[in-house]
Parts: sequence; C-alpha cells; structure tokens
Amino acid sequence: MTTVQKTLSHPMAKYIREDRLPWIYCPGCSVGIVTNMVARAIDNLGIDFNKVVIISGIGCTGRSSGYFKTGSFHTTHGRAIAFAEGVKIANPDLEVIVISGDGDIAAIGGNHLIHACRRNIDMTVVCVNNFNYGMTGGQFGPTTEHERYSQTSPPPIGNYEHPFNLVKLAASSGASFVARWTAVQARRAARSIQKGIEKEGFSFIEIVGACPTAFGRSNRLGDGVTMHKHLLEVAEIQNGLPPHEAELDYDNRIVCGEFVNIEKPEYTAVISRMRDRIEG
Amino acid sequence: MKSLPERVMFTMGDIAAAEGALSAGCRYFGGYPITPATEIAEWMARRMPELRGAYVQYEDEIASITSVIGASWTGTKAMTATSGPGVSLMLEAIGLAVMTETPLVLVNIMRGGPSTGQPTRGQQGDIMQAKWGSHGDYQIIGLTPASVQEMFDQTVQAFNLAEKYRTPVFVLADETVGHMREKLVIPDEKDIKLVNRKQPTVDPSEYLPFKADDDLVPPMAVFGSKYQFYATGLTHDERGYPSDKENIQIDLITRLNDKILKNADDIIDLEKYQLDDAKIAVIAYGTPSRSARRAIAIAREEGIKAGLLRLKTVWPFPEEAVAELATEVDHIIVAEQNMGQIYHMVRSAGAPTPITLMRKPAGMPQLPEEIVQKIKEIDSQ
Ligand SMILES: Cc1ncc(C[n+]2csc(CCOP(=O)(O)OP(=O)(O)O)c2C)c(N)n1
Ligand SMILES: [Mg+2]
Repeated sequence: MTTVQKTLSHPMAKYIREDRLPWIYCPGCSVGIVTNMVARAIDNLGIDFNKVVIISGIGCTGRSSGYFKTGSFHTTHGRAIAFAEGVKIANPDLEVIVISGDGDIAAIGGNHLIHACRRNIDMTVVCVNNFNYGMTGGQFGPTTEHERYSQTSPPPIGNYEHPFNLVKLAASSGASFVARWTAVQARRAARSIQKGIEKEGFSFIEIVGACPTAFGRSNRLGDGVTMHKHLLEVAEIQNGLPPHEAELDYDNRIVCGEFVNIEKPEYTAVISRMRDRIEG
Repeated sequence: MKSLPERVMFTMGDIAAAEGALSAGCRYFGGYPITPATEIAEWMARRMPELRGAYVQYEDEIASITSVIGASWTGTKAMTATSGPGVSLMLEAIGLAVMTETPLVLVNIMRGGPSTGQPTRGQQGDIMQAKWGSHGDYQIIGLTPASVQEMFDQTVQAFNLAEKYRTPVFVLADETVGHMREKLVIPDEKDIKLVNRKQPTVDPSEYLPFKADDDLVPPMAVFGSKYQFYATGLTHDERGYPSDKENIQIDLITRLNDKILKNADDIIDLEKYQLDDAKIAVIAYGTPSRSARRAIAIAREEGIKAGLLRLKTVWPFPEEAVAELATEVDHIIVAEQNMGQIYHMVRSAGAPTPITLMRKPAGMPQLPEEIVQKIKEIDSQ
C-alpha cells in the first residue's frame, strides 16, 4: 500500500506564487513576515484578490510584489507610489497596495511619498524600515540613525546625517491613516494594514524590521532572532498618540500604534465628483 | 459648460496633438508644466474631465511618466507631454516601459538645449536622445510631424503604434511645429482608424504574460482582470519571472529589438516630393522640411532637378529607403535644426553618395533661400 504524503501548506500560500519559492530573503529578514501581514490583511477583508494590485520599487522589500499571485508590478527605484497613482486614478475600482523599503519610499522616492500624502489618494503604502539599503549591501539611508555604522558610514565615525521619522513625515504631509509597528507585532500590524486598505484615502504603515545581514552586522546587533527579540523589547504601544510624539530610538524605544485616522476628501472621489459637475 | 472643439479649428500644434490623443482614446494624462509643451497640459486639464478622463499634474516628470505606465496597465490609453529637461528626467522610466512592453505616448516639444537652453525657441536636438537616452539596447518609435494637422494625425498614429507594438512612442515635434497656428480638421470619429492592444484569450492558468505571438508582441492582460501577472524591469522569462540567465537576456533583448526592426516597414512613414528624376535630394523632418519643400519648388523653377525625402518617422530609421535614394541621386543634403543627428544615420545608410549637412542649432530653421543656395552650389560643382 502506498501512502500519499500530503505536505501542509501555509494558510496564506493561496496568495503566493509558490513556483517562485524559495524567495531571495536572507535568514532572519523581516520582509517575509511583512509579506505574510499583507496577505493576512487581504484574507481578513475577504476582498477579490484579482482586484488587488501590488506594486513595489527596487530593493529587498521591493522584490515582495513578485511573490503575490495577482496583478503585480516591480517599478524603477523610488517610483512605486507614482506608478500606483496612475493605476488608482485610471481605475479607482482597484485596491492598490505598495510595499517597499525605507530607501525606496523615503530617499529616492521621498518626493512622491509626500505629494501622494498631500493628494490623499486612496492606496496603502507598507514601508519596511530596516534602517539601511539592504539590497545594495547595507549603506546608510534616510532612516539610519546618527552615528550608526553602515558600508558608507564606517567606524569610527558612523553616519553624519540624521534620520527621517517616517510617521511624522507622512502625517505632516497629509496622509489620512498613519501607523507604525515592528515586524514582531504581526497581528496588530496586519490589522492596521487591513484598516489602511479599508480607509478611503492615503494610508501609510511603517513596519520596523530587521536586516541582520547588513544593518545588524555593521552595528553588531546579533542575528535575526536577536534583532526581532530586541524589537519586541523596545516596542511601546501608544495608540492615538499625536504623530509628532511617535519617537523612534532604536536602542531604547520604538513608539508603535495608529497615530492618524482622519476623514478628508479622497483624490479619485474628488475627480469623479468634478466630472459629474461638468456633465451637470 | 463644455469646451467641445469645432471639427475645423484654427489652432496650434500643441493643441492639435492633445486633440489627436483624445480622438485616439487617450483618457489619462500625467504631466508637469514646461515650455513649449505647456499648452498640451492646459488643454488636457480642460478636456479630460469632460471625457471622464484624468489630467494629473505630478510633482515632477519622473512621477508623470511612471504614473502613465501604471495607468496603461489598467488598459487605459495614457500619455505625457514635455520638453528636453523633462525628457531627461523620464529616461529611466522609458527603459521600464520598453522592458515591460507598456504602450504609452510621449510628446516632446523640442526646445533649445542642452540644459535649460532656449525654452521658447525650437530645435531638433533630442532626436538621438529619444533613440539612445535610456540605458541598454533597445529600439524606439519616433514620429516627426511638420504641421498642425500632422500633430493631430500623427499623435493618433503614435497611439496606434504604441498599442500595436506594446512600446513607448515618441512624438518629436520642434517648438515651431508645436506653437504654429494652422487649420486643423478633426475627422469624423468613424474615419479615424484606431488600434487597440491584443488581449489574452487563453485560460488564466495557461497565461504566459511575456510569451510573444508570431508578430513578436505578447497579448497584454491588465490589472483587475482574471489574469495574474508580474511585470518587472528586471530581465524576465515568458512567465515574467526575473532571470539572470544569459540565454533569457539574449532572447528578451533580441525580441524587444526585433519587434520594432522587423516591423519597420509597417511603422516607417515617408513623404517623397519631386524625387522621381531628382539628382539632388534633401532629407529633412519637422520645420526644416517646410523650408526644404519651398526650396525645391524654387530650384525646380530654375531647372535644377531637386527633390525632398521628408521623414515623418525618424525611428526606426528608414535605412533601406535612404540607401535606395542614395543610389538614385548624386548628392544628398540633410537639413536639421541641430548640429547633425539624423545626418549620421543618413551617412551610414547613404555612403558613398556625398552627403552634406546643413546644421543649425537654433530656433530659426534653415530658410528656403539658404537651402536653394546650397542646392545651387552643389548643382554647379
Ligand atoms: C536609480 C537607481 N539607483 C540606485 C539603485 C541601486 N539600489 C537598488 S536597491 C537600493 C536601495 C534599497 O534600499 P531600501 O529601499 O531601503 O530597500 P531594502 O533593500 O533595504 O529592503 C539601491 C540604492 C537602483 N536600482 N536604481
Ligand atoms: Mg531598507
């Protein structure tokens, strides 16, 4: 008698291009966890996955779009939000999600981020902040803390620059939903992503993640498990805190929660109303 | 109140291009204002909402063109319009559009360069940029209208070619063509031939998003359809999956080039004027071709057998037509509003026939008398 061995498949596997696995991520990387969060959020909402478009820029996080089994697009570095705006405006029925890294979203693509916030265009941006350019081997970026080491801010001096606080940046630029979680707060993060998708407006969710291979090694932060444990220790949940108080001090205190959830006119809805007005 | 245009207008080239785009079915414009292309944006801002389309003014040209690529993947015909400095910012995204085979139209109303140059003066300095500006080996389609009517007609044609070959298409108009006012006749809707991209018909489980048909063009699914696909600027196989294999790179790049080059006869559009018995041929496009036409009429009156080959498309370059012309005439003159760009293409296709460049890197084109002068000089040799 032959027994058929049935492999247990991951409950989110239905959203993933399994024929592309194993994925490119290093052991201990947070991007896989974030991919799961996004899949969970979509699953919880029960929306038609064919109507979901997943867009990313370039970077390790930028590769995530390629693993989703729906319409997905890997744009040039920094331009995921600009691409997403074109998609959403041309077809507002689509659910548009951007997943990309801190460098992609806040350095080369920083201008697109703030202007999309200002327009309050309906999309959900999930930004994995691993404090460096992971894909190119760990150079400092727009969220790297002062004096941190990286391949381009080597010891003994470290980073000359000071980081953006992405929550403050998105909130002050006009996003209507802003949250921050660490990669270990998977359920809370997935719920915020879910809320972000439901929100009619621009939603920005920062996920503070670990890049043990590059940022971790440069700063002697340990392996992936150690780094994720650290995130759990320093995460401080402060839902509803004014966004300008949402501090991020990697060693001591990462304020997490939902900081902005406001109602304001959404870009594509406004366009649609304007058209109706002309038609009279 | 709607500002529906008359079917016959006295208008400028920029506006004719915008109306051509709308007639072609364009319903998404992403742009950033720049002289001398601003009138296209302004016209679109008024007209798009009337047609339930979108005019979106972005923070820069990079966002503009990238959003156009995004819009195109929803099945919407989409465009942008700009001038040299804006095109320079768009170049990386043009490569993305080539690599992901995204239909789009980019109207470049060419002004004096390099850099900020002469914003209000025309030039034809971006011809090679259109062909070679983005990195890597690729082909592009470039149309060069020379009148207000052609701004309309060739913008329609640009959309048709973009849809047919799944590629970005440039409309390369010098500022004079963009800003001149002439009569425009907008044809009846039924008389405008439109081409729409091929869509997949196979079962979604069998869909290979980058598997081309015999014409080298793959059918294109759109976001929100029953087809799932991943498109990336990375080198990819027929499934659309990234690959660093040598054969995948060679196959993809060869196909992307060949789908334009092997269909060149279908794309190339030339006008021959008085060439049948010509001994001296002028090759020109855009505004200088208008001077050249007049010059040829004058030369003919004086008994000189001169003719004009007017390029309505410059990319893919009409190599065969120029090579053939070179065997029929004794001398070719290339008149361009730059330091000589298409000239180099003519030289490589037309050798060993002598080829003379009349260059002019400034706003006023070669005047008819200047071209007549050159024709006479050559004729008396
Ligand atoms: C225009 C351009 N400049 C530079 C690069 C090289 N590059 C690739 S990924 C990357 C940084 C990615 O960092 P981030 O967005 O934080 O993503 P991560 O890899 O950390 O997830 C850079 C600089 C590029 N691909 N394109
Ligand atoms: Mg990063």
